[in-house]
Amino acid sequence: MDLSAINPAALLASLMVAATPILLAAIGEMVVEKSGVLNLGVEGMMITGAVTGFAVAVETQSPFFGFVAAAAASAVLSLVFGFLTLKLLSNQVATGLALTLFGLGLSALIGQAYAEQRPPSTARLDLGFLSDLPFFGRVLFSHDPIVYLSLALLVAVWAFLKFARLGLVLRAVGENHDAAHALGYKVVRIRMIAIAFGGACAGLGGAHLSLVRVAQWTDGMTAGAGWIALAIVVFASWKAQRVLLGAYLFGGISVLQLNLQVAGIPVPVEYLSMSPYIITILVLVLISRSSTAAPASLGKPFFATS
Amino acid sequence: MKLMKSLMTAAVALGVAAPAMADTTKVGFVYVGTPGDGGWTYEHDEGRKAVEEHFGDKVETTFVENVAEGPDAERVLTQMALSGHDLIFTTSFGYMDQTNAVAAKFPDIKFEHATGYKREHPNVSTYGARFYEGRAVIGTIAGHMTESNKIGYIASFPIPEVIRGINSAYIHAKKVNPDAEMKVIWVFSWFDPAKEADAAAALIEQGVDVIMQHTDSTAPMAKAAETEGVIAFGQASDMAQFAPSPRVSSIIDNWAPYYIERTQAVMDGTWEQVDTWGGIASGMVKIGDITDAIPAEVKAEAMAIEASIADGSYHAFTGPLNKQDGTPWLAEGETAGDGDLLGMNFYVEGIEGDIPS
Repeated sequence: MDLSAINPAALLASLMVAATPILLAAIGEMVVEKSGVLNLGVEGMMITGAVTGFAVAVETQSPFFGFVAAAAASAVLSLVFGFLTLKLLSNQVATGLALTLFGLGLSALIGQAYAEQRPPSTARLDLGFLSDLPFFGRVLFSHDPIVYLSLALLVAVWAFLKFARLGLVLRAVGENHDAAHALGYKVVRIRMIAIAFGGACAGLGGAHLSLVRVAQWTDGMTAGAGWIALAIVVFASWKAQRVLLGAYLFGGISVLQLNLQVAGIPVPVEYLSMSPYIITILVLVLISRSSTAAPASLGKPFFATS
Repeated sequence: MKLMKSLMTAAVALGVAAPAMADTTKVGFVYVGTPGDGGWTYEHDEGRKAVEEHFGDKVETTFVENVAEGPDAERVLTQMALSGHDLIFTTSFGYMDQTNAVAAKFPDIKFEHATGYKREHPNVSTYGARFYEGRAVIGTIAGHMTESNKIGYIASFPIPEVIRGINSAYIHAKKVNPDAEMKVIWVFSWFDPAKEADAAAALIEQGVDVIMQHTDSTAPMAKAAETEGVIAFGQASDMAQFAPSPRVSSIIDNWAPYYIERTQAVMDGTWEQVDTWGGIASGMVKIGDITDAIPAEVKAEAMAIEASIADGSYHAFTGPLNKQDGTPWLAEGETAGDGDLLGMNFYVEGIEGDIPS
């Protein structure tokens, strides 16, 4: 066993990269669920974002346009879900699952021409002297912009839900859509916007996967990341800071266990391999045990009677 | 969608003219990933296309992709069997029990299971490739090329096929570079690009400069490409799009000749249960082009090993070899029997760490 071979700075740096796609998707889904909609199509939206971001980045040679296109494409896809569930009142669970299947198929179709391409590399943000700091420079200040965007987004969503009037309205819609409707709030419109935001976040997460973390397009490359994001939202009991904890725990332990394997730690590999799932769930369940406040209208169809 | 189509054609065929079905032979393939993986499934699909090209109108092929190993495979196989297939290839180790279970229910349909060893019914054949022969060649290259003396190996599941590859690569790297170490990561998946990329990153961070993989996607390649001085080998497919860096050579699975031969046998009515294990000699395992990134003398040595395996003068597991715990396995000059290889569940001496059980 040679733990000294593990470079903590490199480990923490790859932790942040590994956690970002899940974090982005989870932030989006949290807002969607806070508005009272259960969208199980996260996986499908992520992979659509992954392929769209990849394709556009390859064609334009600009990762920036890739990320923008990924967010837009997944938002559009999520609005299909919104239209079906909010306007046509289809079942949210079934429609969400269909969205995932549709996204996986659609992405495979779009991606056929891109399987052997290499994307333009996403430049790391140059933060001047900060990036040159020993240890912290490597861990915190030498990432691509999307890593910082995901953190900024998380803070923004937290503040929006907690302090903004509109955030309060969104929560009210999620807790009791009939009451919110009676007060004159546009339940369907607010939910549509939340769904589109969730889609855009999932798309960004997917594009981060295909443009940064793996840096290539492969069919089915999200391999369940969307489902992890969904689980994290629930186990984090719809709280932004716990979503962050969950995503970073999961990403971190996933990377850590691989590093421990290389270093030859004398723990059976089976335990290391399951540790990201076990520890993330355990920690989130323990800190959330006093408050399991799911939005009261989550997953219920809304039909304006007047 | 392909399956829907085949189900519909089957319905038509059954309803209209059941006896006339003998005209076209219907061959089905079950894939664990997608043909777009650029590796394992891609090569099986190339084999399927070769069958279509070779037989033209006389054959109809279908495939179902992303079939999970385990119970779900039984459902897919049953559907395929019910939709008029004559021959079904199940192309992943984890379909072993399901293939045999479905074969018992459909004795008239021929089943071919890749990389397995169970042939419980007369209509089940198994076929596999001696990938470990290819590992001997790229292990030699790896031993010469590593400067940090650390070779990384991204392993999928602890099954004999994977363990053979690790051992063979290590033995041949060690032979040319006594200081070479093998760092093995188990990812417990055949196909998970993000995890494979993370594994490659973890290996590189800890000083590995040669990466081998026994997983299906090209993600480790893409990750290795980000760090200068790291080389890697194409797995299952040539992965030539990653040359000249990091890809320096590859092990290619070439299934087409076997698929054509077996389809022909079904057409001729001469299909019999077989246990095929082809290697470099039969062309089932090929070594991809060794690029100029490899010095000429190393390339020559690697090609000499390839040639000596092909003509049978050299076996990748030739003694003296000890098991990891130091107990003797093969004596001087002795070669490993196929039985030993098929059940291999131990590391050879010198590899550190335990095999997950």
